Amino acid sequence: MQSAADLARSGLPSATALGRRSVSWISLAAILISLFSLLPLAFIIWIAVQTGWETVSALVFRPRVGELLTNTLLLVVLAVPTCIVLSVALAWLTERSNLPGARLWAWLSVAPLAIPAFVHSYAWISLVPGLHGLGAGVLISVIAYFPFLYLPVAAALRRLDPALEDAAAALGLGPWRVFLRVVLPQLRLAICGGSLLIGLHLLAEYGLYVFIRFDTFTTAIVDQFQSTFNGPAANMLAAVLVTCCFVLLGIEVLVRGEERYARVGSGAARQQQRTRLGRATIPCLLLPVVTTLLALGVPFVTISRWLVAGGVDVWRFAEIGLALGQTLFLALAGALLATVAAMPMAWISIRAPGPLQRLLEGCNYIAGSLPGVVVALALVTITVRVALPLYQTLFTILIAYALMFLPRALISLRASIAQAPVELERAAASLGRSPLNALWSTTIRLSAPGAAAGMALVALGIMNELTATQMLAPNGTRTLAMAFWSHSGEIDYASAAPYALIMVAMSLPLTWLLYVQSKRMAGR
Amino acid sequence: MSFLELTDVHKHYGPVAALDGVDLSVASGSRTAIVGPSGCGKTTLLRLIAGFEAPDQGRIVLDGEVLANGGSAVPAYRRGIGVVAQDGALFPHLSIADNIGFGMARDEDKRTERIVELAYIVGLDKAILKRRPHELSGGQQQRVALARAMAMKPRLMLLDEPFSALDTGLRASMRKAVAELLETAGITTILVTHDQAEALSFAGQVAVMRDGKFSQVGTPRELYLKPKDRMVAEFLGDAIILPAKISGGFASSPLGRIAVDSTERRDIVRIMLRPEQVLLKRTSREGMSGTPDMLFGEVTESEFAGSMCTIAVRLLNSPDPPDAAAIGNTPLILRKPGMDTPVVGEIVRLTVSGKAHVFA
Repeated sequence: MQSAADLARSGLPSATALGRRSVSWISLAAILISLFSLLPLAFIIWIAVQTGWETVSALVFRPRVGELLTNTLLLVVLAVPTCIVLSVALAWLTERSNLPGARLWAWLSVAPLAIPAFVHSYAWISLVPGLHGLGAGVLISVIAYFPFLYLPVAAALRRLDPALEDAAAALGLGPWRVFLRVVLPQLRLAICGGSLLIGLHLLAEYGLYVFIRFDTFTTAIVDQFQSTFNGPAANMLAAVLVTCCFVLLGIEVLVRGEERYARVGSGAARQQQRTRLGRATIPCLLLPVVTTLLALGVPFVTISRWLVAGGVDVWRFAEIGLALGQTLFLALAGALLATVAAMPMAWISIRAPGPLQRLLEGCNYIAGSLPGVVVALALVTITVRVALPLYQTLFTILIAYALMFLPRALISLRASIAQAPVELERAAASLGRSPLNALWSTTIRLSAPGAAAGMALVALGIMNELTATQMLAPNGTRTLAMAFWSHSGEIDYASAAPYALIMVAMSLPLTWLLYVQSKRMAGR
Repeated sequence: MSFLELTDVHKHYGPVAALDGVDLSVASGSRTAIVGPSGCGKTTLLRLIAGFEAPDQGRIVLDGEVLANGGSAVPAYRRGIGVVAQDGALFPHLSIADNIGFGMARDEDKRTERIVELAYIVGLDKAILKRRPHELSGGQQQRVALARAMAMKPRLMLLDEPFSALDTGLRASMRKAVAELLETAGITTILVTHDQAEALSFAGQVAVMRDGKFSQVGTPRELYLKPKDRMVAEFLGDAIILPAKISGGFASSPLGRIAVDSTERRDIVRIMLRPEQVLLKRTSREGMSGTPDMLFGEVTESEFAGSMCTIAVRLLNSPDPPDAAAIGNTPLILRKPGMDTPVVGEIVRLTVSGKAHVFA
């Protein structure tokens, strides 16, 4: 007893001090990174304050802004509910009915994510050259972004406890009322999350709307930037755009509420039964077929057509190879930076949850919802005014990528660290490993697959990024997306086709990864 | 006239027969328990009665109304049968009050009053009606599930292992409370469970199920004391099974001459005793001499477990029975009250009370 106490007295203090020191280092790193991620937001506020109220109000309260606001609002109000209806219907058909080929349709409902939004737009505009305006915007937005809702809704449907539906049926509710009163309310979290994601994408998207000549805040900001560089007009448009993003975040918080929809009680859920469609099979089959034709068929047909029309001439391998190399380099370097930057945050949120962690997470959440154009604008202004040598350097563009895609890395990392129980780290420490060594040989090893998945998702985002890359990349940079953009901007659709094809081909495996991950999350 | 009548019900899942010809008849206002090991098909049977699934073959008739016949079946929501599932299956997105009122019409007269009344009936405090399911304990969740099922005044109540998620003490009291409550309400009830004690204490009629069929259906006492075969006997409790020769209402067995419940004269049968029928009386080696018709044993093992104590007794002077050699050295395992049990090495005299059961 005595010796054990002595041992504790002599051995423990140094160990705890060391442990505490490493925690505080990690906390410090997380705080710094979070503060840094708020930079674009702080910039917007700073500019607004500096510009002065009169100029701000003159720039904000004018017909042009009203027009953009109406456009953006209509786009969100029309596209998001359409996405919800489409995704819930598709998810129900693929997960809960005996639709023939359900697994294939499930995969095909995720696959549109592999096609960058501006490539969707390119496909449509070259198929129907007259396409433009709000209707076209809503159509292409729905097609390009509905998988963001389909994925969580399908996963939530798989996770639902069928006993609840049985219970409702036993209480006298017919199938439709069971769906409305029991199934739909439980999909609320998934629908809220997915809708928010789509809404933020709609606000941030640039290329898609330029093709069909539909003006949103983002396209207007880029236009302003290209004509007047970083003038106050562009910055104030960015401020309104950021406000729109916050309104979306607020609405989502309000609608989501403080609900808990987890399974109550214990025991394994029994296998869900699939509804027999019977005579409705054929009409039901129409929905995934039409969706697939619109979302995958149209890009496939157009890209193939341009490739055939262009023949061998469009494959200028030197140019394509250069673009591919640069894209890969930027994607990997950016993904690495974002993942490393996310590590302290992820570690704290699992190992040392508390008020600090919640605050930092809130910061990251807000920073992650800022459109790329706002981040880029902020970095342009800051580098030009404060650190000119950094303007249009590799350093700045990588920072922009890290800021934009940190949340993606964070989510994957957090999930994988959660799977490495702290007991393992302690066991390693008790077997004589130093704290850092213990961390390395247990938690980091175990979370490596999750980190890799997170990196892959960040890389996917960077590969298809256009707005920030155009504004920030060093002179002479030409990524796949940029090359595609400049060719299609010159209406040289045939020359753009190989780039579109390469982007899709490189995104497909990552989309597959996303699909598999969502299946695994639901325990299948 | 029975209230619920199942005739030759079959259900297959692919090549696996979950139900292989089940017949059951349940009287109005009675309580029936279906008991069997996991995977025997009891839950499938319940799901067929509830209407969550349709039988491949066979008829289900409730109160004169055909619910299922062959492949066609009335869907669950038109049956008016209450179901309480294993974990309650409360709706996590609704408050307790809304859970209880889920099956009622929204504009029903005195809806709130009825919800409060139902909560009171199942022993729930009014204060928890505003809470959410995850804030309740397991026992409270089960009470809510019961109140919710009773709200629609079901003709028949199905309980699918509703007590198995509760801890031991709560389980017994919940079982008693639920039985009384349903009795008062006059609701015919079917309980599915894998716990034999629960089945025997809950129901007036017990059906033992195995491999998709009923092995035996009867009153709890009948099943416990006169099981049809060894499987039923051992499923419902500990059993001592012995070889014996029968004549004139008595068996000659390794435990001597025992009264049996059959007067038929037969050679080589198996008889069954419940361990509590074997009584022990302390004695010593000296006490054994000169009493040839008495049976003695030695305690070879003793395991103390609080109120009950498990002891093993090796027979010392078993009379020569049929194939005695086979059983001669197998000790009898008996459970006795923990107070004042014989210790290892002690000599006891064994007597049998009541009659032994002869397997057909």
